[in-house]
This record gives sequence, structure tokens and C-alpha cells, in this order.
Amino acid sequence: MAHTEWRDAPELPDFSLLKRLARDQLIFLLEQLPGKKDLFIDADLMSPLDRIANVTILKQHEVDKLYKVELKPIVSSSDQLCFLIRPRIQTVKWISDLVNADKVAGRFRRYKIIFTPQKFYACETVLEEQGVYGDVTTDEWNFYILPLDDDILSLELPEFFRDNFLEGDQRWVTTAGSALHLLQSVYGSFSKVYGIGRCAKVRICDKTLNLTDEQILVDENMGSVFLVDRDVDFVTPLCSQVVYEGLVDDLFRIKCGSVEFGPDVTSSDKSIKVMLNSQDKVFSEIRNEHFSNVFGFLSQKAKNLQTAYDKRRGMDIQQMKAFVSDELKGLKQEHRLLSLHIGASESMMKKKTKQDFQELLKTEHSLLEGFEIRECITYIEEHINRQVSMIDSLRLLCLLSITENGLLSKDYRSLKAQYLQSYGIKHLLTFANLRQLGLLEEQQAGETLTVMESKVGKLVNDKTVGKLTDAFSSLAKKSNFRALSKRLALVPKSGEEYDLRVPRDMAYVFSGAYIPLSCKLIEQVLERDGWTGLEEVTRMLNGQEFAVTGGSSSSEARNKTDAQRIVLVMFLGGCTFSEISALRFLGKERDTYYVKQIEYMVNIKLSI
Amino acid sequence: VLKESKRAVNSILVDDDDEDEEDVERVSWSGEPVGSISWSVKETASSIRSGSEQSFPKIDTTPSLSKQGSGYSLSSLFKGNLHDLSPEETVRRMQKGRAFSLEKFRSLQDKLLLLDEAVAVYDGNVITAVLIFLKKSLSKEILFRELMARDVALRHYVHYLKEMGEQKLLVELLKALGRTEDMALMHYKEHLNIKDESRRRDFLKSCLSLPFSQDDATHVQDHYTLLERQIIIEASDKKAVAEIFKKFPRKASILNMPIITTLYYSCFYHYGESEGTFSSPSNIRKTFRISEKQYILTALGARAKLKSWFDVDSLFNTKNWLGYTKKRSPIGFHRVVDILHKNSAPVQVLQEYVNLIDNPDLKLGGALKYKCHDIVINTYRDLKDRQQLIVYREKLERDSPEYRKIQELLNNVQIRWKN
Repeated sequence: MAHTEWRDAPELPDFSLLKRLARDQLIFLLEQLPGKKDLFIDADLMSPLDRIANVTILKQHEVDKLYKVELKPIVSSSDQLCFLIRPRIQTVKWISDLVNADKVAGRFRRYKIIFTPQKFYACETVLEEQGVYGDVTTDEWNFYILPLDDDILSLELPEFFRDNFLEGDQRWVTTAGSALHLLQSVYGSFSKVYGIGRCAKVRICDKTLNLTDEQILVDENMGSVFLVDRDVDFVTPLCSQVVYEGLVDDLFRIKCGSVEFGPDVTSSDKSIKVMLNSQDKVFSEIRNEHFSNVFGFLSQKAKNLQTAYDKRRGMDIQQMKAFVSDELKGLKQEHRLLSLHIGASESMMKKKTKQDFQELLKTEHSLLEGFEIRECITYIEEHINRQVSMIDSLRLLCLLSITENGLLSKDYRSLKAQYLQSYGIKHLLTFANLRQLGLLEEQQAGETLTVMESKVGKLVNDKTVGKLTDAFSSLAKKSNFRALSKRLALVPKSGEEYDLRVPRDMAYVFSGAYIPLSCKLIEQVLERDGWTGLEEVTRMLNGQEFAVTGGSSSSEARNKTDAQRIVLVMFLGGCTFSEISALRFLGKERDTYYVKQIEYMVNIKLSI
Repeated sequence: VLKESKRAVNSILVDDDDEDEEDVERVSWSGEPVGSISWSVKETASSIRSGSEQSFPKIDTTPSLSKQGSGYSLSSLFKGNLHDLSPEETVRRMQKGRAFSLEKFRSLQDKLLLLDEAVAVYDGNVITAVLIFLKKSLSKEILFRELMARDVALRHYVHYLKEMGEQKLLVELLKALGRTEDMALMHYKEHLNIKDESRRRDFLKSCLSLPFSQDDATHVQDHYTLLERQIIIEASDKKAVAEIFKKFPRKASILNMPIITTLYYSCFYHYGESEGTFSSPSNIRKTFRISEKQYILTALGARAKLKSWFDVDSLFNTKNWLGYTKKRSPIGFHRVVDILHKNSAPVQVLQEYVNLIDNPDLKLGGALKYKCHDIVINTYRDLKDRQQLIVYREKLERDSPEYRKIQELLNNVQIRWKN
């Protein structure tokens, strides 16, 4: 294994405190509705809730029955109904209907809505419009952050991406700001804030630095923070993941830090839910590894385990007793985990060879490299024609579009038509969404603009041309991936051997073929302590970069304390496990970074 | 540690404002102050909150004003000075969840200043709140006109209407903005909510006249035609008695399936029907302009599934002018072999297609994978690779015809082996 120790890693803050805070507040809110009550919980809040509380705690505070919010008529005989929900208009409408139905039936109950992480004016307006404002009381449960692991925090807001980037609704940006605010209040202020992207810049950065001394209790420093908008780097989440944790996510979907392994993995007739975090000793050793190394590692592990078991032979009673009490439990635990992960890798192997995974990877790599694009298009076409994985087809199309600055008009039309034939015509809505996001576009203005530029160029002086070019290129919303990739050396020269056992850079998370753009930016900026020297890069990324020194104790403390070596990276709109692995790798080489994400966005939810 | 955490909690969301302890804070716009952590901890500490906060309004005729009215304006009954606040101050209070009043923003100019201020602080929640106020207090023509020049606010408004399900207003808005394509798509999207297939078909028909882009217009036309045909096919196949339906009962209805799935279905159940019938493969192919490659791929899948190797053969047969038949394929023959293998084609069939693979490496690979001995042996022979032949011989059964063939080759003194 490439890494077993984290010698230099500074100690991370104890994030379990955040869980306790959230739990205490929830209990307080439940106590606001004394007496027995039924609790309705939004489906996507169940898992996060499970991480911080359990049924016993709820029962202790007089919660009688628990229901999942299903937007259907309810069967509850309780006189008090409490709703724990995300601030969504649809859910509030459903609750209003329930209240009105009760009124018609002459039934009297008390109703309380607890919005989390915050309430929105739009939701309360619904209550008002439906004539139930006042019949229903509302509260806020400021459960902003869920620690998923020692080094991962999550806002668990899957709608952030869609609302913000597709719909252009900024309501969650404030929420993200509040989350940072909370971290600072509890763990100390950030000494420096870096970032790139629209959301990152305009809202959060300001809010983060706007803390006064009395708001920060701990006279400590929380290190620095790096904010990055997801749309700065769309390429990375479009690539197939090949580190173990990423693959598990791609195949089985990791939700809220846990995964459900089906019968094919558990080799029994039932599914098992498993928590995936650093507590799982087997998992923590393979999560960041390239998939090709995992099998060998696991079988070595299995051999060691056998040896440990074998020690029993020839023991006398006393030794055996000691063995059973000291070691056996640990061994059994390891045994269980090992067989699960072996099962998971086996089923990965099966699925990934069946789907011509190698060909898929080869195509992705060619696209990243800008090599044999025609062949790639043919491959994508066949992929679509064969009606295999709808999402993979879409990922490939988007990757093609982003790396090539849009598709040629005739390719776009033909591929779109074939896609609709294979997967359903309704997906023309999906294509409209992707176009809006800039993920899948038809080249059109491109050539015209270049022609125009050169014509104009003959007429006016250079300076004006420069300005015009800027204007044109911002119009065309180019992704500039090729130029960026060259400038930042994201794609290593082909033909070079890359030993995946001993990764030499972050490219290992994509089999040595590509360094995630997002992570490379973070590395570069931290190395330079700012954006100086990266002007060309930021111009290609449409500006919006910043680096601000925090209010307190920054420059004088040159010799960094442990805490200052912590960097919090916040992805606005979600991040992938590959990026987390890459950052962990970076952390080992330099200081420790600590990753935070809003949503896992491996499969961009784009459809309709 | 709990103490510490409480202290921590206490500070959260406590603003640097100096008006924290005002009464206004209690009667916030929502009429319900309970909720912020800081408040809660303070309250538990002093435990002086009166029971009145908890009293739920009974359904009666004497509403308590502080509870039942609109939060926007009623709080102003208590605090007249909320009326005098500037747009900046008002927006700031809204951001913090404090009491505020929008009543004084009556002139268009004031309303727009308020909106622009909300946009300037990048708080989506507040932007939407102001938009709701404008929606109620401005005619839609005026609101639409003003939104045209305000993209951020416009997108919030569109999203709000979408969430509220105010389809009609949304369509009007998009029309007013000249975003006709978006409007058409929005309208088309409605079909997803229609479960009954005839109603869905009729709805799709009504979509045909919408101002889609040229491409999308074709796709929507296809969608309508497809569903129309599917309904016809479904009606007749549901009670079909032909042999094929008994041998391979249908697993699902064909309604709402993609075009290619429909083609596959038709190649499976209706192969060889004349082009005149809606359910025939050739009719579907022609109606939906399916490429030759796509057609072959789909038909191959369906016929191979049925193990109709004869039909498979005729898919690729072409006659040249001398009358010789030759096999030609728009998809690589290695793909064809893959598909045949997945449908467990017998070796003789596989062998024929492995032989047709152009690329020698792919051909050898295929032959090895599917155990087409003759091809493997001939390839090694042509490569004059004695070593590989010896290795391969070991994998074969002794005295099988293949084994003997290798034996003969190895004994042939006329071949000049390269190793």
C-alpha cells in the first residue's frame, strides 16, 4: 500500500461536536410541542437524522409514531402532528391540504413544521395563502452540517446543484455561508479565504469574513478555507471513477456515508447496509487506492487473517482464553469486513468487464487528451445505439462537448436524435437543461466569431481587438479545457508508464491519465499563497477568483501551527470521491487538507 | 464540554446588531420566534417564557392579531418605525429573519429599489420574498416588463412559479419575454404528468403547433406518431394469438417505450410483416428515419435472441452484380460476434462471423475467446508461428480433429517456421 501512516498530519478538530449541537437543538424543538405527537420526516432527512439521533431519543421526547413524508393522505390518530422537512413548497402545500381537510372534518389538532436547515419566505407564504397560517406553527432546525467522516463534512443538500446552476436560484448559497459561519463560531476563524467561482465569491466570501471577535468563542485558528464552484470544473465529475471508494459510489451509490450491498456482494439472500468511513479498518486502507491494487491487497489481508486465526493451534487453555478475549473479536470483525469488500470488488470486476469498461475508459482518456476525436464519437454513437447505460452515454456526450468547446452542429444533431431514439424522446428536455448548464452545447457562434474577430482585427488596433475578443469569448461561454489542460499540465504525456502502486501525483485517481482540474487549482493556489502567476488560468475560467486574508492573526504567524495547516475545501455543488482521494494524496505530500462537500454529484441529475 | 458547546451555540446567529433584545425580535415576521439556537438556549437559561407563546389558536372568530395576520404588515402595528426603513435596512432585516414591513414600498421606483437591493446581497430567499410581494402588488404586465432587464430576479421568479405550479402564468411570462422555445418545452413537459395514454397522445398532438426549434419540432412529431402507433400495436397484440406470443409471452406493454425498443419489439414479434402494417420493422424504420447501422444492430439482437440464425445471415447478405452473395456490415463484425455470443450462438455460426473480422488481432482474439479452433490454427499457420501452435495443441483434446490438424502442420516440412 502506498500509504499507511499520516505522520505529519495535524490533528483535525473534533467534528462530533456538530452532531451534538444539532441533536440538542432538535430535542429542544420537540419539547416545544409537549405531549405525545406523531413525527413526519422528509425521506431524504432520514439518513442524516439517523447519524445524529435514534428512535429512543425521539421516543424520550414523546414522539409516538414515525412516518415518512410521502405527499399522500395520512393515517394518524394523534392530536399533534410534527413535520420535520426541507423547506420545499410542495411539501408545505401537502401539509396545508392536510390541515384544511382536518378543518372540514371538524377535527382539531396541533401542527408544527420544523424546517431544516432553515425556512424560506416562499414556504410560509404558502401557509398564508392556504389559510392555515397560525394553525401551523413553524420552527427552524439549523442542522447545517453533517460530519460524514473524520475529514468529510456534508451539507446534504442534493438540490444545491440544480437550483443554483440550472435554475439560477441563489437561496442555498446563503445556507452554505451559514454553515461556514457555524464552523467559525465553534472552531475559530479562518486565517485565509481562497476561492473561485460566482457563488464562492459574491456571497460566501463576504459573509465568512464578516465575523466580529465576540462571535468567535474559541481563540483559535481553523486554518484556511478554499471555496470552489462546481461549474469551474465540470470535467472531473464526468469521468468514470477508478479509485475504490469512487467505484463503490458509481456502482452502488454511497448515500450519507453508507452503502447498501446487494445479495451479489454479500453472497447471501439479503442486502446489508454498511457504513463506509475511517472506522472500517479494511475500507480505510483501500478507499483511496486505484482499483487495480485493491484485489491484491485484499487477498494479502485474507492470508494474514488466516495466519492470525491459525495461531490458535497448539495453544494451551490459558493462551486460548487470552486469544479469545483479546483478539478473536477483532479478527471476526475484520473477517466480516474483508469478505464484504472482497464481495464488492468481485461484483465490480464482473460489472465493469461486462460493460466494456476498458473501452469506456479508453474513450474518456482520448477525449481528455484531445486525441482521435472521430473514433470517440463513433464509440459514443455505438454506445447510444446499443441502449446501454443511459447515464454513461450522457456523461460521454458532455465530456465530449466540454473538452471540445461544444459539438459540431451536425454531430450534435445526429447524436441527439440517436439518443432520443434509444432512450426516449422526452429527453429532449434533458438536452435543453444541459444546454442551459453549458454541459452539452452545439458549436455555432464559435466559427462565426473567429471570422468576425479577424475581420474586425484588420480595422482596429490591437488593444481594441483584445477587448473584443474578451467580449466574444465570454459570449461563447467557452470551457477552454484544452488550453487549461495544457497550461496546468493536467494530462500527462501519453506513452509514459505510470505505476499505480506508487502514485507520483494526483493523476493516479484517473489511472494516471488526468489530474482533476479542481484539485490542481487548489494545489497551485496554496503553493503560491494566492493567484499570482495564474492570471492566464483564471482568465480562461472566467475570472471570479479571490484570496483574502482574514481579520485576525495572519501574517505574523509565519511558522504555522498545526491548526493553520488545515485547509477546508468547500465544493459548492458537490464533489466526487475521486477528488477527495486526490486531495488526501495532496494532503500527505504537503499539509493536511480537509475536504467538505455539498453533494456527491457523480451522476449529474439532469433529466427533466 | 457541554457547557462549552452551549456557549458556542449561544453565539451562533447572534448578530452584531444592537437591537437584539427589542420586542420586535419576539414578533418576527413569521409571528413565531421560537427556533434559533441562541434564543432557545437563552430561554432555557432564564425559563421565563410565558405559556402564551405555546397557545395554539383555536378556530374561532377572535383571532389574535399577532398570530394570524400576515407577517409582512402586522408586525408594523407594533413597530411603526418599520415603515421608515430604507430598502437596504429592510433587506437586511429580512435576511436576518426580523420583523419588517413592505407596505411603504408603493411607488414603482421604491419597489424596484427594494428588488435591486435584494439582488445585490445575493440572498435567494429574500429575492423570492420581494418577488412575491411584487407579484401581489404589481400588474403582471408591469412586473414582466421590469423583470426583462433583471436576469437574476427573473430566474428566481421563473423558479418560484415552477415550484408553485403556476403553469399558466409561467407560459405568459415566457411569451412576454419572447422565449418561445422555452415556453414550448415547458408546455411539452406537462405530458409527463398524464398517465392515460390516449389523453397523453392527444396532448402531444396539441403540442405539434408549439414554436419549437426546428429539430425539436421533428422530435415532438415523432413522439406523437410513436405513441399513436404504440397504442394501435398494443391493442392488437394484447389479444394476439400467434405462435410467437405463446412461445415468448410479452413481459411488458410497449406503450411509452423508446423508438429503438419499439423497433426491437417489432423485430421480435412482427418480423417479416409487410411495410404496409404499422407494426412491421420496415415501417418503423422508415417512419422514424432509423439509420442502417442502428437497424442492423437492433434486428440482429432480436433475431439472435430467437436463435433465428437464418434471419441473422440474411441481414448481412448482399449480392453483387455477378450474383455472388457476400457479407457486409455497417457495424464491425467483432461486435456482431459479441452479440451472437451473448445470445449463445453455436460455434459454427460464431466461426463464420469471426472469420469476417477485418482486424487480424481482433479476429485472433475472437477466435481464441470463442474456441473457433480452425481459425486459430490457420492464423498461426499463416503467421508461421510454430511455438504458438504447440502451445495451442496442448489445450486441445488428444486425437480430436483439431489436434490432428496441428499435428499434420507441425510435421509438414515444407513450412518455413519463424520459430
